[in-house]
Amino acid sequence: MAKKLMKGSEAIPEAAIQAGCRFFFGYPITPQNDIPEYMSARLPKVGGCFLQAESEVAAINMVYGAAAAGARVMTSSSSPGVSLKQEGISYIAGAELPCVICNMMRGGPGLGSIQPSQGDYFQATKGGGHGDYHLIVLAPSSVQEAVDLMHTAFDLADIYRTPVMLLADGIIGQMMEPVEFHEHEKRELPDKPWAVTGYDPNGTKPRAIVNSLYIEVDELQEMNDRLQARYKEIQEKEVMVEKYNTEGAEVIICAYGTVARICKSAIALCAEKGVKVGLVRPITLWPFPEKELVEVMAQPSVKRELTVEISAGQMHEDVRLAINGSKPTDFYGKPGSYTPTAEEIAEYILKTREA
Amino acid sequence: MKTVFKKTPVLTDTIMHYCPGCGHGIVHRLVAEVIEELGIQNKTIGFVPVGCAVFGYKYFNIDCVEAAHGRAPAAATGCKRVNPENIVFTYQGDGDLASIGAAEIVHAAHRGEKITTIFINNAIYGMTGGQMAPTTLVGQKTTTSPYGRDPEHCGKPIRIAEMIATIEGAAYVERVSVDCVPNIIKAKAAIKKAFQCQIDRKGFALVEVLSSCPTNWGKSPAEAMDWIKSDMIPYYPLGVKKDTTNE
Amino acid sequence: MVSKVTIDENRCKGCGLCVRACPKKIMQLSKTKLNEKGYHPAEVTDQEACIACASCARTCPDAVITVEKE
Repeated sequence: MAKKLMKGSEAIPEAAIQAGCRFFFGYPITPQNDIPEYMSARLPKVGGCFLQAESEVAAINMVYGAAAAGARVMTSSSSPGVSLKQEGISYIAGAELPCVICNMMRGGPGLGSIQPSQGDYFQATKGGGHGDYHLIVLAPSSVQEAVDLMHTAFDLADIYRTPVMLLADGIIGQMMEPVEFHEHEKRELPDKPWAVTGYDPNGTKPRAIVNSLYIEVDELQEMNDRLQARYKEIQEKEVMVEKYNTEGAEVIICAYGTVARICKSAIALCAEKGVKVGLVRPITLWPFPEKELVEVMAQPSVKRELTVEISAGQMHEDVRLAINGSKPTDFYGKPGSYTPTAEEIAEYILKTREA
Repeated sequence: MKTVFKKTPVLTDTIMHYCPGCGHGIVHRLVAEVIEELGIQNKTIGFVPVGCAVFGYKYFNIDCVEAAHGRAPAAATGCKRVNPENIVFTYQGDGDLASIGAAEIVHAAHRGEKITTIFINNAIYGMTGGQMAPTTLVGQKTTTSPYGRDPEHCGKPIRIAEMIATIEGAAYVERVSVDCVPNIIKAKAAIKKAFQCQIDRKGFALVEVLSSCPTNWGKSPAEAMDWIKSDMIPYYPLGVKKDTTNE
Repeated sequence: MVSKVTIDENRCKGCGLCVRACPKKIMQLSKTKLNEKGYHPAEVTDQEACIACASCARTCPDAVITVEKE
């Protein structure tokens, strides 16, 4: 199939539809409105249903109901809207339902800005709502990668019966890039005998109950143990990471999303000055590529690490936990919506090298 | 011998956790009897709330989903949109529907969502220990209105059936009561009509049921039923508030 | 009329709504029995007077009453 020039927030919903998503529930918020708009035009044409909910709270609960019925279902929003969805996401995690949530991050806290940001890393990777749960969090750094990850997102959601978040920044949503919708490797997907589709007392299928209430301590423990075992399996099997120019590097940058692309330009600028800098780019923010980062950092050539984010250093905490004091780490970035340039990142690396 | 009355198989054999004399048990039974009589057990999906009816999935012998507090109409919407051939209902109390879930119920009605809502109005929060509800009567003492509900301070009780009846998408809205056998028989007829409304794809249907909470009202089960009649019905008049099912 | 009211005693919570509903005033909460849950279950005092109207069953919140007639 030929490449097509597409905006991220149109390519993402198209990829979702191609991944079998037929139900979308959302609420308008900038900068992600192209996603529901695209879905509202396309889904009725493919036998699906788009519904604009009365709020993000309602939208995520419609996702809950649709997922309970066994559908491939998705919602999208941007930071303040994703905050509103957290209650529902916790229920979806607790009820062990699959779904995909797209967050086009904007600046915060509060109403913040409508410019790109990476300030929702904590919320996305540490749970976000109440209780001990995780989302699988996928962070694309190009429109093509966002398209490819949509298929992965829906498959992982079904395989592990968990909500999956596509965590992108406003740049991915607004940027136009050539994309190709190609065939994806089919993973073996489980049946959904737990879905509520109607109970026949004379049939063989047991009564389906979708629920996250376990009033007995032992039962709640059992549910949590099941979740934790699943999270462990995800950590073992599903980590995705890009290592760029890391072989023999002196400095390792850790960055994700569009910031990682800016860092690649900074790496080129440093190379011009004769300084070898590499990049570890987590594609799964949760599970975080801890082992992979540690391996890269263990190289004798590596003197230090630098995390670059549009945040106050949220992912940097995970980097520090992974490196665990074995080598110096540093952070470059600002909270809010300030996107750093390649030049200033390179300048910072070179300056701190001399210091 | 011919059976005049026996427990419907659409209720499970699990003993309900409700306090003695609680109206929830009556309404559960009516809903289950209606599902049996309409022959829709194998395609009905129940969405139960947060509140006293949170364990409804243990009692309704059908596929069930436990929804977050107030969100049952939204969750039911998602399910109904995926499988329109299913009969989907929500069962919600007054804290769930009239307070935290006010937006979700209004917009389910506004969209004319083809679902059925059974709304239990017992003028109090039961599960959490008898706090004031939006439906608590003026002067009624609860654990968060210990001097009686003061309308100057927190308004007058909300009439949900009348409010929902003003919404275009609502096809059938009725308020009933379970205070006495004749009213229980009428309540069942209303619940049946509300399910039929969905089967016929006429639009959103809601039945508000005035029900008792003897424990949190501090009354015996019989006194509680009397109080529905003496105090609730005058403020919450029974009857059909809207019916466009024949149009 | 020959009728039969059967009460599933161990499921009864002794709320007394059947006593209140019975038009023939032939139901009471047992003065002697306690069920598994510690409630005084409902009982019929005069089965022969029963008209099988099932008012007791229709008001019972716990669906413990079965009514039959010839």
